[in-house]
Amino acid sequence: MNTLDDRTRALRRHVTSLLLAALTYEGLARSGAFAPALLPTLATVGKALIDGGLDGSLPGHALATLYRVLMGLALAIAIALPLGILMGRFRPIEGFFLPLASALMPIPSLAWVPLFILWFGLGNTTAIGIVCYAAIFPMLINAWSGVRAVNPIWLRAASAMGATERTLFWKVMVPGSCPFLLAGLRQAFLRAFIAVVGAEMLAASDWGLGWIIFDAKEFLKTDVMLAALAVIGGIGFAFERLVFGVLERLTVERWGMLRLGKG
Amino acid sequence: MPHIEVRDVSLTYDTPAGRVVGVAGTSFDIERSEFVCLVGPSGCGKSTLLNIIAGFLAPTAGELRIAGQPVSGRGLDRGIVFQDFAQLFPWRTALKNVAFGLEMKGIPNPERERIALEQLRLVKLEKFANAYPHHLSGGMQQRVAIARALAYDPAVLLMDEPFAALDALTRDDMQQLLADVWQASRKTVVYVTHNVAEAVYLADRVLVMTPHPGSVKCELAIALPRPRDPLSVEFIGYQKELLRQLSHTGGDAAGTGGEVARPPDRTAKQA
Repeated sequence: MNTLDDRTRALRRHVTSLLLAALTYEGLARSGAFAPALLPTLATVGKALIDGGLDGSLPGHALATLYRVLMGLALAIAIALPLGILMGRFRPIEGFFLPLASALMPIPSLAWVPLFILWFGLGNTTAIGIVCYAAIFPMLINAWSGVRAVNPIWLRAASAMGATERTLFWKVMVPGSCPFLLAGLRQAFLRAFIAVVGAEMLAASDWGLGWIIFDAKEFLKTDVMLAALAVIGGIGFAFERLVFGVLERLTVERWGMLRLGKG
Repeated sequence: MPHIEVRDVSLTYDTPAGRVVGVAGTSFDIERSEFVCLVGPSGCGKSTLLNIIAGFLAPTAGELRIAGQPVSGRGLDRGIVFQDFAQLFPWRTALKNVAFGLEMKGIPNPERERIALEQLRLVKLEKFANAYPHHLSGGMQQRVAIARALAYDPAVLLMDEPFAALDALTRDDMQQLLADVWQASRKTVVYVTHNVAEAVYLADRVLVMTPHPGSVKCELAIALPRPRDPLSVEFIGYQKELLRQLSHTGGDAAGTGGEVARPPDRTAKQA
């Protein structure tokens, strides 16, 4: 299926898209239409990246941010995955939790930050709490929708073969809703990153990529701000390639539960 | 004692448009190791009747017994094959699909996979044991579904138009294969179809249903030696007789519209 030729061709496309974006930016930066202090060239940003990398500050900030994201995300999954599946399967549970979710979902996670600071103080607890809040709803809604989208014929076939409710849960509903669970995971990760950067700007004392951006603004260090943004983008890219892409290939793509694009 | 006894079974259900009678007080017996086809026009309730025997639906009146025991709900004494190819679990290989029922029975693994592989061999798919369903053709998927329904060794095999969505050539092969599998396993089979030729090819006895609301109107025993030749005069005679019965019920059997070319050479026993 995935021949080496296909992969190199796909890789070439990925590189082209990123390269094109970089060239467009560089063109704008060098056009002279903007002050270099506001729109530094890629070389300047690259230097800020390397400097930050060499003195260990940038990796440290990135790790602090990643720690908050992964802890918050893990907590959100631990709550939302079982709850979403149970909501999809049992009407009373859905009836109890859905109004609660509907009311809480539209509240932006950042709107909670001032309250969380009062409750939990500045630092990791607040940041992780905000991340968890942001990530929980996409996971919950997708797990819930996923279970309701499970083909009823799988449930009938399985129960005809003597599957109990517990077996149906683990051996039919969880794998059967995998396309939705993966979509939920992706969205939750995305929302977690959006929330963590905001939370760090407002609530983290002195660590994290969000904090660097906020801090660099005070000194008009646009190169540092852009370097931090590039790190966030890089982390997102790495997670897509190394985590979500691989998970997808090992599950729904292998099972033919996902239609691949043409060409 | 008959293997399956259906006594005055009715099913009514409520819809927004009012009460609908799906099955109207029908009775018949099925003997052990008998291959029975339920034939009737679309929407006559033959699938509903099969779902009642499967235990997916509870009859609103009447009684159903299997091996002398009243039926309430599903049971491992019945294996089911649906028409929809999607009935296989896409996240399991052919082998693991076939092993599902054995897993539910609590049979440990080396034994489980050995039995599953044996069943796949019966439907000539042992080479595809490790393939996922989406890599198999429709006919192959239905063969896996048959192997899966037989693997945990139910006494009764219930089939709901399993080959209706296949092309004609594949369907012929599948009917032949099913006849072989049935002769090897000697299960009691209840097979729903609206295809008259299929019924004559497979069945020991055909039950003809009236159009909506459905009940068994008459039955026709197919006294032809196996393997059957669909081009023989007797085979075609049976087909005509079945079509005549179906057209009397006002139904419209697939393909031929219930047309009768010459008087039947056999009389159907009124049920």
